[in-house]
Amino acid sequence: MLSLILFLPLLGCLVLAALPRISDAAARWSWLAITLLDLALVVVVWIGYRDPGKNALAFEERIDWIPNVGSSYRLGVDGISLPLVALTSLTFVACAIFALKERTRPKAQAALFLFLQTASLGVFLSQDLILFFVFFDLSIVGMYFVIAGWGHGEATRSALKFFLYTFLGSLALLVGFIGLYLGSSPRTFDMVELAKNPPFRDNPLVGGLILAAVFIGLAIKTPTFPFHTWLPSAHTDAPAVGSVVLAAILLKMGTYGFVRIAMPLLPDAWRQWAWLILVIGIISVLYGALVALAQTNLKRMIAYTSVNHMGYVIVAIGAAGVISTSAEQARDVAIAGAVVQMVSHGLITGALFLLAGVLWNRREDYGITAYGGLAGVAPRFSGLFVVAGFASLGLPGFSGFIAEFQVFTGSIGSVPWSAIALPGILITAAMFLLAMQKMLLGKTRGLSTGLRDLDATEVLAIAPLLILSVVIGVFPRLLLDVIEPAAAAVSTLVSR
Amino acid sequence: MSALALAIIILLPGIVGVAFTLSGDRMPRAVVPIALGVATITAALAVAVAFARPEIRFPFIAGAPAGLAVDGLAAFILPTVSIVTLLVLIFAAAEGVRAASRFHGLMLIFASAVAITVTSTTLPTLLFAWEIMGAASWALVGFAWREDSRVSAGLTAFITTRTGDLGLYLAAGAAIVGGSGLAFADLPDAATPWRNVIAAGILVAALGKAAQLPFSWWLSRAMAGPSPVSALLHSAAMVAMGGYLLLRVAPLLEATGWASTVTAWVGAITALALGAVAVAQRDLKQLLAASTSAQLGFVVLAAGVGSVSGGMTFLMAHAATKALLFLAAGAWLTALGTKRLSALRGVARRWPIVGVTFTVGILSLAGLAPLSLWAAKDELLAGALEISPALYIVGLAGAALSAAYSGKALFIVWRRVPADSETGYDTEQSGTRHVAGWTALPLVTLAVAAAVLGILALPPLAGSVGRILGGPSSAVPGILELAGSAVLVLAVLALVFWKGAPEPRWALNWLGLEQLTEALVLTPTVALSRALARFDDEILDRSIMISAQGVARGARSLTRFDTKGVDGTVEGLATQSRRLGRLARRPQTGKVHQYYAQITIVIGVLFILILVVR
Repeated sequence: MLSLILFLPLLGCLVLAALPRISDAAARWSWLAITLLDLALVVVVWIGYRDPGKNALAFEERIDWIPNVGSSYRLGVDGISLPLVALTSLTFVACAIFALKERTRPKAQAALFLFLQTASLGVFLSQDLILFFVFFDLSIVGMYFVIAGWGHGEATRSALKFFLYTFLGSLALLVGFIGLYLGSSPRTFDMVELAKNPPFRDNPLVGGLILAAVFIGLAIKTPTFPFHTWLPSAHTDAPAVGSVVLAAILLKMGTYGFVRIAMPLLPDAWRQWAWLILVIGIISVLYGALVALAQTNLKRMIAYTSVNHMGYVIVAIGAAGVISTSAEQARDVAIAGAVVQMVSHGLITGALFLLAGVLWNRREDYGITAYGGLAGVAPRFSGLFVVAGFASLGLPGFSGFIAEFQVFTGSIGSVPWSAIALPGILITAAMFLLAMQKMLLGKTRGLSTGLRDLDATEVLAIAPLLILSVVIGVFPRLLLDVIEPAAAAVSTLVSR
Repeated sequence: MSALALAIIILLPGIVGVAFTLSGDRMPRAVVPIALGVATITAALAVAVAFARPEIRFPFIAGAPAGLAVDGLAAFILPTVSIVTLLVLIFAAAEGVRAASRFHGLMLIFASAVAITVTSTTLPTLLFAWEIMGAASWALVGFAWREDSRVSAGLTAFITTRTGDLGLYLAAGAAIVGGSGLAFADLPDAATPWRNVIAAGILVAALGKAAQLPFSWWLSRAMAGPSPVSALLHSAAMVAMGGYLLLRVAPLLEATGWASTVTAWVGAITALALGAVAVAQRDLKQLLAASTSAQLGFVVLAAGVGSVSGGMTFLMAHAATKALLFLAAGAWLTALGTKRLSALRGVARRWPIVGVTFTVGILSLAGLAPLSLWAAKDELLAGALEISPALYIVGLAGAALSAAYSGKALFIVWRRVPADSETGYDTEQSGTRHVAGWTALPLVTLAVAAAVLGILALPPLAGSVGRILGGPSSAVPGILELAGSAVLVLAVLALVFWKGAPEPRWALNWLGLEQLTEALVLTPTVALSRALARFDDEILDRSIMISAQGVARGARSLTRFDTKGVDGTVEGLATQSRRLGRLARRPQTGKVHQYYAQITIVIGVLFILILVVR
């Protein structure tokens, strides 16, 4: 089942590539059909999912792959990966809908995104470090071509910056993975086995170095301060759907890696360095929010809010590692909050980047002050932007609140000085309200004049993401029932 | 069954409100009847659940369930808020609003959030609704979104109150560390020092919402919103919720030892300082806004001294009184296009129903016996007297100021209409010169409530609120205090009538709180954010780009070394070998006589070599 979900998009990609004479429209629609089918399969898995318990996986598949280094093709889901798999499938559906009107090489775009979907799904489904690494790198390659091929502005330059920077990160990650392999006995790349019997338990120096390599690799991808500077330029010059995948999915690979690999596989090192990780998280939260506040380019602004939002994840997982002061309940809540934040940020930021893409399609300008009074000419756009903005600033009723409430109660409950990060939600609120005021409200002026409102396709691409955010915000148990047992399992793994 | 009623009170306005807000003006005729119908059902059910006392619990996050319940406190305030909501919506419908769908939608969302706030028994549910109230107030204050100043006012309201809200996040975290769980009832059991952190967090959040010092100024800006919005948000609901929350957590404040004292003093000082601000105002809505802060100060004082029943009675009396006054001010604003006090001279004579009901409201606000706020205030001040005479005196001074600003407004609206009255009109908007007939319904209803609600604090009903609330019985004012405060109010009113109210300049500008906030918080934050953005672009990113370029340069020089050095050496070797090869080929001529000659030479050389070596 998981292999089908994983390779269905790739199959679509190959078929599209093998049929050069297929029409543009057929390529677009078959892309959408494949993503919808994939999403339907994920829904089936979600419905059939039962919590597998600690150190176990649901829907597991395993085939020997490179047996002499203990690497196998092993897939499986638990309460942390399943929500991200679902987020990935949904995000690619939204992209496929939004791209129905794409005019630049739609066939190639469809094929590339299908390839990228397999790579992204693979990261969240893999239970083997080598497999994980392969998909992790393929996603970078795919995204490079998305930015370079369909971007605007200094697209090639930004794409190269993105590629080299994140590729450097993945090399650090590879070093870490090899270290994990060398420390394991019997030697293996299998994540579940490694989690059962973590390497370097009695060697804090080597364990710390391995964690440093893994941390840098994932921190670049997340990105946290100070490794984030590739993000704004990559987003600014990426096409709308590229930004969506980048923000909603690729960033999650970093944070997911922390929860899936760094915490359970290096519990001792994680605990030892958790305070530093917490500090990096707090800096990311405040720094991201403050720098976002000063931006005049809408996409750069949203990009920096990503640094802020991913900062909450780092705060939560950092605080959950500081065992000495914390209560078990607080740690569980913090880790669950981190996972909810990943899903929530994917939904909301995906919607925001699609909205930004609409402005680019209409006017080729992301300048916040270039617009004004959009609500007068484009009420649907403005309505969705207000909803997305409030969702992003963590208003109750949206998924962001559920995430941030858990992150803060859990983190403060574990490490009281995590409260230093609290002003982050205030600055983000001010930033979004100011941006809304400048772009949407007041008298219609500047580039807003005569701007065409969202059409049905665009609404159909954007609205479901926000509706899902509301559903999670109002009925959080739907998501938490899946996440909480897995979060508690990670919590016990890291505190053993 | 009653739990279902509570769910309907919350969900019905919430769902209808969201539908209205999103629908745009697609069904203009249906909006008002539906909204009024929803508000009526909600109000009726609110009265019903006040007796049935339902409770709902549901899972929220791991180990911390969320809950809603109609307990003693909610049994009083939920019907109050629901009825005021209904009356305000009737008033708005009578006057007619633009963008009715959005207006009613937002008001209903707000009403739903208030219902959750009132019935919350746990921190997460409270915080959930608390921030939705804030967002709804952003949208309602900035309702006329084409005007930047009004939108900014909404932003100010939201951000200032959210600053306080951070306290609730902090309190929730501290409650987890303190091991008490997130239910209000359990918070006093939290371990120290976390109990102090919880109390401080909740206190800050409540003070922000209740527009107490030092947060008061957002309420001044919020007067840019439509009058019906002020009548609900800035009288009965949002601002009042700050006071309500403190009444709810009074046992927690008490348990910490210091928090109740701080609360009481912040309330008393706000009552005094914002009372002075109100006296100085020249704009009716600004006067009412400052008086809201000041009056909420009494509720906060009540929470601090543990006079929960006094605070409760006061909150209800104030809700009716202030909603009435904002609606009357709104009726005049619609009719005359102004809210400047100087332009409102004699306005009460022109529309008697509005004039008379306004008079009842403003006299209640003044604390005139036997109207509602008189008795309610005395009950909570009696509680203050038990704790500290100083608090009592400051509170009494606040009460005197209430009479002063109320008298100021009262006497202006009953003056003789000046001949050139028209010149002062239409400063805000173009007035209709007309007060809609149906506005009488909410005005008169609220006036009756503002007049009589005080009986809850008077014999024979005195103490009944406290009995319904349960808990320790609070102090009841003696005859001397009741009579004394009544005389004080009369004296101040007479003084204002005779001498006029002073208009201290320092108080006109709301104590300069806005400028202070700007200088101390906003400007530094914006400067920091710009500086960090520059740092990010010019130092952080550039240093990475430069080091990347360094790598590229390194690669280039390596390439040079590679082509000239490594490759050159190899090439050179190859060249030399080729030359050697050519050299080696030369003797091989294929001619036998030349080979013989070569052999002879080699033998000769060998022979000489052997001779030499030996």
